[in-house]
Amino acid sequence: MQLISPDIHIDFLGKRKLALIFSALMLVLSLGLIAGKGLNFGIDFTGGTLVEAKFKQAPAVADVRKAITPIGYEQAIIQEFGAPEEILIRVQNKNATNSSKISTDILDALGAAFGEDAVEMRRVEFVGPQVGEELTQAGILAVLFAMIAILAYVTFRFKLRFAIGADAALLHDITLVVGIFALTGKEFTLPVVAAILTVIGYSLNDTIVVFDRIRENLAFNRKKKKPDSEVDVVNASLNQTLARTLMTSLTTLLVVGALFLLGGEVIHDFAFALIVGIVVGTYSSVYIASPVMLALEGRFGPSDEEMKAMEAKP
Amino acid sequence: MQAYPRWKLWLILIVLMVSAMGTLPNLTTPPSWWPSAVSQPMNLGLDLKGGIHLVIDVDVEKAVEHSVEEDVDAIRRVLRESKIRYRKLDAKGNTLTVLLKNVSDSSAAESLIEAALPGYDISSEQGKFTLTLSEIETKEIKKFAVEQSIEVIRNRIDALGTTEPVIVKQGERRILVQIPGYEDSARAKSMIGRTAQLEFKLVDEKGDLDKALAGQIPSGNVIVYGKAENRGGQMIRQPYLLKKRTELSGAEVSDARVSIDSQYNEYAVTLKFNNKGARKFDKLTTAHVGERFAIILEGVVQSAPVIRERIAGGSAQITGSFASQEARDLAIVLRAGALPAPVEVVEERSIGPSLGQDSIDQGMNSIIYGCIAVLLFMLLYYRMFGLVANVALIFNMLLIAAAMSMIGATLTLPGMAGIVLTIGMAVDANVLIFERIREEIRLGKTRLAAIDGGYDKALSTIVDANITTLIAAIVLFQFGSGPVKGFAITLSVGILASMFTAIMVTRAIVAHTVEKGASDKELSI
Repeated sequence: MQLISPDIHIDFLGKRKLALIFSALMLVLSLGLIAGKGLNFGIDFTGGTLVEAKFKQAPAVADVRKAITPIGYEQAIIQEFGAPEEILIRVQNKNATNSSKISTDILDALGAAFGEDAVEMRRVEFVGPQVGEELTQAGILAVLFAMIAILAYVTFRFKLRFAIGADAALLHDITLVVGIFALTGKEFTLPVVAAILTVIGYSLNDTIVVFDRIRENLAFNRKKKKPDSEVDVVNASLNQTLARTLMTSLTTLLVVGALFLLGGEVIHDFAFALIVGIVVGTYSSVYIASPVMLALEGRFGPSDEEMKAMEAKP
Repeated sequence: MQAYPRWKLWLILIVLMVSAMGTLPNLTTPPSWWPSAVSQPMNLGLDLKGGIHLVIDVDVEKAVEHSVEEDVDAIRRVLRESKIRYRKLDAKGNTLTVLLKNVSDSSAAESLIEAALPGYDISSEQGKFTLTLSEIETKEIKKFAVEQSIEVIRNRIDALGTTEPVIVKQGERRILVQIPGYEDSARAKSMIGRTAQLEFKLVDEKGDLDKALAGQIPSGNVIVYGKAENRGGQMIRQPYLLKKRTELSGAEVSDARVSIDSQYNEYAVTLKFNNKGARKFDKLTTAHVGERFAIILEGVVQSAPVIRERIAGGSAQITGSFASQEARDLAIVLRAGALPAPVEVVEERSIGPSLGQDSIDQGMNSIIYGCIAVLLFMLLYYRMFGLVANVALIFNMLLIAAAMSMIGATLTLPGMAGIVLTIGMAVDANVLIFERIREEIRLGKTRLAAIDGGYDKALSTIVDANITTLIAAIVLFQFGSGPVKGFAITLSVGILASMFTAIMVTRAIVAHTVEKGASDKELSI
């Protein structure tokens, strides 16, 4: 069985201007959403308390709000979580001295309103303001470190313009995934950051496979009497790796889809970020990484010497 | 195609056997002769097992302040013993200031103070000494405060009767507390969070409470309030004028038990003092018959009974209309000892037992169905080679399970997600190889040459692609907390395992099946 005909010749790079405009549009849209609408940051970053409770009978959200209003949480975010019996309550930290008690107060209030036995604690999360700041910093640092480490590795294995192409694709992927979170208003949590880092790894995986082929074909091309243009070589490489690119995206989407559908509510947003990231990452390794790499041709030192250096490497 | 090296076959066989042994304890209880050192069943994270996860911050600055304040007494004592008079003596933060009455005493005082408080850097001018706690000493006090807090918290949690709690230092001043299988987050937090500082002070019967309340507190006195009480619809806290000096403290308590106060038939806590405490209490009650002493718990006067006669037995009772649970918890924390500094819960991630079980079920479902989908897809798409990749994938899962069990890693819900993701990405290496073999065949190579070429050419790509993913996983491990770390671990283990199975194992299978049955029929790929 074959997804892609072996003689396929799609002129990916011929449409790179169009793709570039499309990508730029998506990027601007994402950045606009992130700046304008903003992200729905979870308590990992804002600090606050999250209580997930399971009720014997599905309660009305209004009743839940009524139950916790007397203790001062009428502003809480209350939502159904996966099933009508399950309710998620989120509140911001107050300037109270002992914020870690908020969850206790909320559960007590729910118990008083609905009956002690009718409410079951499923999950309590509390993040103090200090910890929230630390986690935000750690998250930003992690993404930066990953990008720098990857830049270094790809430069070492290929050369600088390949690395810049790869990082451009990564930035594109991150921005789009975050943009979709801004668009849908889904909660942006620590696991979502973990998913983004995974997307970085995945998208790069894709890009490297294409780059590897380009490197191989370029080396082969130079031995020819009448070498093809670099654009043609890159285009051929993209076509040659297309079957693999789609296959791997497909198998990965299969499993992440299983995670999204079956993994439960806690892992839902994480799986969602992965799905978006895989789709975007597949697109970017074809339409961002290679065109950017091509556009930088000859920008960074004499390319012939570099080619020789490249050949020396396995 | 060259003959497949024998040592590689042996290596694969050994890895297979070790993996099977490593995975076994997760599936059944191994027989009694089984070497338990080989592997234990996988640890489940709190998010799967259910339980309480708290990060506690120790206010180490307070511990330093407290220690400096105590040193005020030491200076007072040595100066008094040598009859050196001072005008001012106070503590602020990590600094002590001493102002002498006579500048001529300077050198004598300096050598005395130096001898009494070796941990300070001393500067002096004109009969004024400034003592700053040295950096080494400060660090030592902070470290000790955290270590002692861990001890105290461990004692308190052990009294809850839970199994295998984890209480470890995290960073400079934080403590990670995990209590698996425990649900009552409110009780755990209140048990851990209270300082349980217990003090006995005498009530100043001669002092003027009203005047003191108006702001004129005599220098040797202090005002402490009682519990809030409902009097005629108003919550009132009774003030007490006490002597500043602490006669006895929780440090001198050797035991605390719940008892019933015979007078009001209420729950109470009976304290037993150690030898030193008993002697002090004896002396105190002998000297102050007819006066009251206040029992202060965490800065609140619990009761202030009148001393009717000398109490020689070395025990005292705390009353305060406790509920039964309240009295029991108080006894526990008093037995466990006081925290050396105030603590605060700065992070909590607690999971109820039903959610944990749901997560296990859902995680397992995702793994099973994800795996089946990929297996079917590979079989359909690559036929015989797909079957080979599938064998490698199953080997891969076995390897991950074994590695997790053998290094004692903890499986979390994100960790299960990592395994699911690995399933999808593990076949990638095989996809790369197979697609390459297809290309080689299209170029007109013989099937054996095509297989050789496919494996050789795909190798560097596979290594490059996996190392970059590994970089992301390592960064994730570095910055991540608990559950996210679990994801990074399974992802890393999965990547390494998949490289082994995709390159070594499938190659071995292909080499043996295809090579042996070498005929001219077409490759099923």
